[in-house]
Amino acid sequence: MGQDRILLDHGAGGKASADLVAEVFARHLGNPILNDLDDAAVLEAPPGRLAVSTDSFVVDPIFFPGGDIGSLAVHGTVNDVAMRGAKPLYLTAGFVLEEGLAVADLERIVASMARAATEAGVAIIAGDTKVVGRGQADKVFINTTGIGLIPDGLQIGAHRAAPGDAVLVSGTMGDHGVTIMATREGLGLEAPLSSDSASLNGLTSALIEACPGLKTLRDPTRGGLATALNEIATASGVALELNEEAIPMDPAVAGVCELLGLDPLFLANEGKLICIVEDTQADTALAVMREHPLGQNAALIGSCGAEPQGRVWLNTAVGGRRVLDMLSGEPLPRIC
Amino acid sequence: MKHVNEYRDPEVARELAARIADQSRTPARFMELCGTHTMALARHGLHQMLPGTVEMISGPGCPVCVTATEEIDRAVKLARSEGVTVATFGDLVRVPGSASSLAVERAGGASVAVVYSPLDAVELAKKEPEQQVVFLGIGFETTAPTVAAALMTAGSQSVENFSVLSMHKLLPPALAALLDGPDLGLDGFLCPGHVTTVIGTSCYEPVASQHGFPCVVTGFEPADVLAGILMLVQQVEQGRSQVEIQYTRAVRPEGNPQAVALMERYFKPCDAPWRGLGPIPLSGLAIREEFAHLDASRRFDTEVPPATDHPGCKCGDVLRGLMRPPECSLFDTVCTPTAPLGPCMVSAEGTCAAWYKYRREA
Repeated sequence: MGQDRILLDHGAGGKASADLVAEVFARHLGNPILNDLDDAAVLEAPPGRLAVSTDSFVVDPIFFPGGDIGSLAVHGTVNDVAMRGAKPLYLTAGFVLEEGLAVADLERIVASMARAATEAGVAIIAGDTKVVGRGQADKVFINTTGIGLIPDGLQIGAHRAAPGDAVLVSGTMGDHGVTIMATREGLGLEAPLSSDSASLNGLTSALIEACPGLKTLRDPTRGGLATALNEIATASGVALELNEEAIPMDPAVAGVCELLGLDPLFLANEGKLICIVEDTQADTALAVMREHPLGQNAALIGSCGAEPQGRVWLNTAVGGRRVLDMLSGEPLPRIC
Repeated sequence: MKHVNEYRDPEVARELAARIADQSRTPARFMELCGTHTMALARHGLHQMLPGTVEMISGPGCPVCVTATEEIDRAVKLARSEGVTVATFGDLVRVPGSASSLAVERAGGASVAVVYSPLDAVELAKKEPEQQVVFLGIGFETTAPTVAAALMTAGSQSVENFSVLSMHKLLPPALAALLDGPDLGLDGFLCPGHVTTVIGTSCYEPVASQHGFPCVVTGFEPADVLAGILMLVQQVEQGRSQVEIQYTRAVRPEGNPQAVALMERYFKPCDAPWRGLGPIPLSGLAIREEFAHLDASRRFDTEVPPATDHPGCKCGDVLRGLMRPPECSLFDTVCTPTAPLGPCMVSAEGTCAAWYKYRREA
């Protein structure tokens, strides 16, 4: 392209746009459907029900320990589709680029998306690029839409938890949120922090196969575990009771949270899931998760009760008991 | 974390709770003076571990909560000034003033930067020499020395575009005002470990000897808080009123003379407005005249009209322990952490926010 930086020309639809598509996007993301480069991708429609999810990624910084905005844009949407029990098949990707973005940074992001998509077994089948003037966006924003196929008869959702069910998580909580925050603020901490950003569809398909009594899957992203569990409690009309001691925490994350006064239960995760199963299958679900590379720290953290509906209770590590509410007040912006 | 975990040992906590239940005969009402205690009690669910004879109520110890409306109005006025960046701890951003907040001003284009330390604000000023960076100095004797250190750094490095709007508060005058006010039906004070680390224990002596209230200087981990409450219960049961230190690993009776000296070099006591308690003589800190060039109240026009609070807001009564949050008609109806009307709901350490977050229906 002969340019080191993104110019407004790259979004104008002319020669520079075509060059950018060919040399960056098609080169890394190319597949038979995308390579048509026509106005719309054309797919064979599979029989059954589809799960569709869309998400926009504005994370700051765009590169962080454990990932970047490109891999995150794949993981985030793949996970949203997988949490309904679907097998993710396709993604679309829309880019908003800020004039002046280094082409090398864009290429690094797109290559990272390609790797993440290959790992998750999804194809990126349609895309779009716009360029806005300097200061009108921050480096790069990415929107991805995911399409997945739900196996016949499978019913998984936030509304399906029932009294008696077991509540599990696939690993440590708060890793992504703390990593972004510490990286962005340049806190100069030497703690070994890394985002957990990862596609969870391998883990969800193993759970679906092993646990017919699987009720709910949810990835606790923005608002963290506390917010996701409150949403489940409300949607299902159940009370959830958690044991604080059982919730897995990375010691480095716990230490940084202590230092900054953050509650890790409200911090985002990008490679963890909450799993609610019939009590009799809790051990199976736990074993399946622990066998998977992304679920080695999985734990049974609580159970569903009947009353009061929509509330989450926490039995604290020191033996107290309190409400665990949704995130409210000052959020940490631009974490995903 | 290992050090912290010792004070979160469930066995130790349960043992302490059992001893409190065992030894407490007389109903007793203790005030925790510090917002960090309020949070520790709520976050670890400690209220649920106490017997019916022991009630903990929150006092005026959350620095954000006691920041007066007129002080927020001054900060808002500064944020609206051309070429000024207001640097502040994050908690203050959403606190409502009379008609606006720093969050609202930021959304409207004002330059408001959240920092984690006053020294970060000095760094910001060095990075943006064309902007006037004003740090909002809030907090008690715990934070005032760190702000004094920032003033010292800015002075020695000749950072000419840095200044501080001092809204600092002093604990002892507020405690005195509380004791001179209406009878709160208290039986003792859980005194703040961090502030006492700086100022020492002498300010509690008259509270114990003249007013007859047990005082226990207490740390912030669950086992600390329960141990502090146990020591208060023991004083009540034995008819004693003394100043005791639970937080011996950090607090010395004489405090930290170096920190006090640094604070006194840059600040002098001044009359100050408190949300909920009104004006209290010599309860705040003003920057000394010789450092006037670092004083935002002298460098900028920070005059504001008399402040107006939300008419139904009962934060003042909550801050004095006269009312519990759910007794306020605004609580959880129109005043919530997402749309706070009063400071006790805004600050993470505020009594109302803690109650909303951890104790509703508990």
